Amino acid sequence: MSRALLLCALGLATAIAYPLMVPNYLVTIGMLVFFTAFIGQSWNIAGGFAGQTSFGHVVFFGTGAYTSTILQVTYGWNPWLAWPVAMAAGGAVGWMIAVLSFRAGLRGSYFALITLAFAEVFRILANSVPFTKGGLGMLIKADPRPANFQFKDPIWIYYLALLLCIVSLLIAWQLTRSRFGARLVAIRENEDAARALGIDVFAEKVKVLTLSGAMCAAGGTFYAQKYLYIDPGIAFGVDKSVEMLLVSMVGGAGTIFGPLIGSFTLMGINEVTRWLASVVPALKNVQPLSLVVYGIMLILIVARLPDGLMSLFRRKPRHA
Amino acid sequence: MFDPAFLLAGVLNGLLAGGIYVLVAVGLTLIYGVLHIINFAHGSLLMLAMYAVFYLWRLIGIDPYAALPVVIAGAFGFGFVLYRLLIGRYNHGRDENILLITLGLSIVIDNVALLFFGGDTQTIDVPYAGTFVEIGAAFLPLPKIISFGASLVICAALGLYMAKSDMGKAIRAVAKERQGARLVGIDVENVFAVSYGIGIACLGAAACLLMPTYYVTPSSGHAFVLVAFTIVVLGGMGSFAGAAVGGFIIGITESLGGLFLGEQLGQIGISLIFILILLLKPTGLFGSRA
Repeated sequence: MSRALLLCALGLATAIAYPLMVPNYLVTIGMLVFFTAFIGQSWNIAGGFAGQTSFGHVVFFGTGAYTSTILQVTYGWNPWLAWPVAMAAGGAVGWMIAVLSFRAGLRGSYFALITLAFAEVFRILANSVPFTKGGLGMLIKADPRPANFQFKDPIWIYYLALLLCIVSLLIAWQLTRSRFGARLVAIRENEDAARALGIDVFAEKVKVLTLSGAMCAAGGTFYAQKYLYIDPGIAFGVDKSVEMLLVSMVGGAGTIFGPLIGSFTLMGINEVTRWLASVVPALKNVQPLSLVVYGIMLILIVARLPDGLMSLFRRKPRHA
Repeated sequence: MFDPAFLLAGVLNGLLAGGIYVLVAVGLTLIYGVLHIINFAHGSLLMLAMYAVFYLWRLIGIDPYAALPVVIAGAFGFGFVLYRLLIGRYNHGRDENILLITLGLSIVIDNVALLFFGGDTQTIDVPYAGTFVEIGAAFLPLPKIISFGASLVICAALGLYMAKSDMGKAIRAVAKERQGARLVGIDVENVFAVSYGIGIACLGAAACLLMPTYYVTPSSGHAFVLVAFTIVVLGGMGSFAGAAVGGFIIGITESLGGLFLGEQLGQIGISLIFILILLLKPTGLFGSRA
């Protein structure tokens, strides 16, 4: 345990010192790694720990992004104040989807598909209703002051992403040692057995999806404040759902560090393909190339390494 | 807006589109009914077949309807091999596993298509595209009517094959009771691969029928995947009759949704039907089990 603690301290020190030593674009890449790990962790809490695979997690991300942006742009709220409201909205959507789906007894693939459909409904609504400005998207006025949740120097947004990531790791760590977490794992491994043991399966699943939704919504607000623009395709598009699922699955679903490892790995692949594209002119289209590699990795991980890359670091082989 | 002729045109157009959706959904429901897997790559494989039809026309000049036998055979072979190499090997354990594997497959297919075919929208100009047929007050494009008829013929042929041929009987036996089928000497793994192949062959046929009036881009699969799942869930997972009825209902819903709610908001009907069916009657209209 003390060795693990030492490694964590070392990792944290490196993460804090890193932006002071590298050029700005590397700071932004680091920020993206921690941000993706954070939203990946929000997926992991429901999809990994509790086994409730979601294909539409972006519904929470978009709810958060739109809630804080509308409060800010239309009603003149301070974004820091809008942030907790956005999280509450994401939690409420998580609660609603959970109550509806789990009351109907949806499990496994059916739950995954219904989350996808919910995200699609939200995307179409955001595209059509007036208060989201439809397909035009919403622009947040640039006014880089820390009091305004906008930063001139990318180092601050980096540290904020790092902080979010650390909080999400602490939440995941808490899940591995609390009774709530143990109940979630029991539900993942065998729902009927968990129920037979007296676990209120419905209540626990609703709780975890509410928590996961609130976390993911926090990521949505963060994204909107970083890029100062959102539209229905960004906020509710399937790409972000897949990204969250991918980083968790690749790193190791249901593990504390899985999403962070996955996020590092995918960012690494992204940079390698970017480099490849600059050397081989035929591969000028970087985005699809990385996605091809991601897709292959997802297949290989599910088929060959269901506990993700994390399981490579484990000393004792674990048998499921 | 409530002019009955206008409404009739909308319903007829929806019916015609639904006829092709039936074919897509029959493939999906067959794969589900026999293998008990949810093939998330269904839309992407349809997109791939549509590109095959497009390039057969562009490079060799084969009319999309004339390409039917070639594309159906090619799609069957592709599906068969895909099952043998990938799907069949990992078709065990938690049911989400195969969903995730087919999700990975769809990501790979979509982006390989983007790399090789580019992101442009491709269409086929058939000489008869501008021919219209007048039915009541509605003018319907001739290719849509041909495709509708062809789709029904293909579905009927598939139904006949399932009912009469030895392989069809074996497939139905495996769908009902795979242990029992294995015990009476049916090669279950082979039946799985053939069923997956037939499911994908349906997509090949659908691609030929779609291309004279639709367009294809690498993201086309995405547009179809939720439609296909909605039809199958609405009709009842694994039910052929359900896929047929569901296809028509969804075709009409989409057409009328677009008419009354506009291009953007009109799409919401499909997702809402999907959610409501899963929440309220997950067995669908014709399904026997959840």
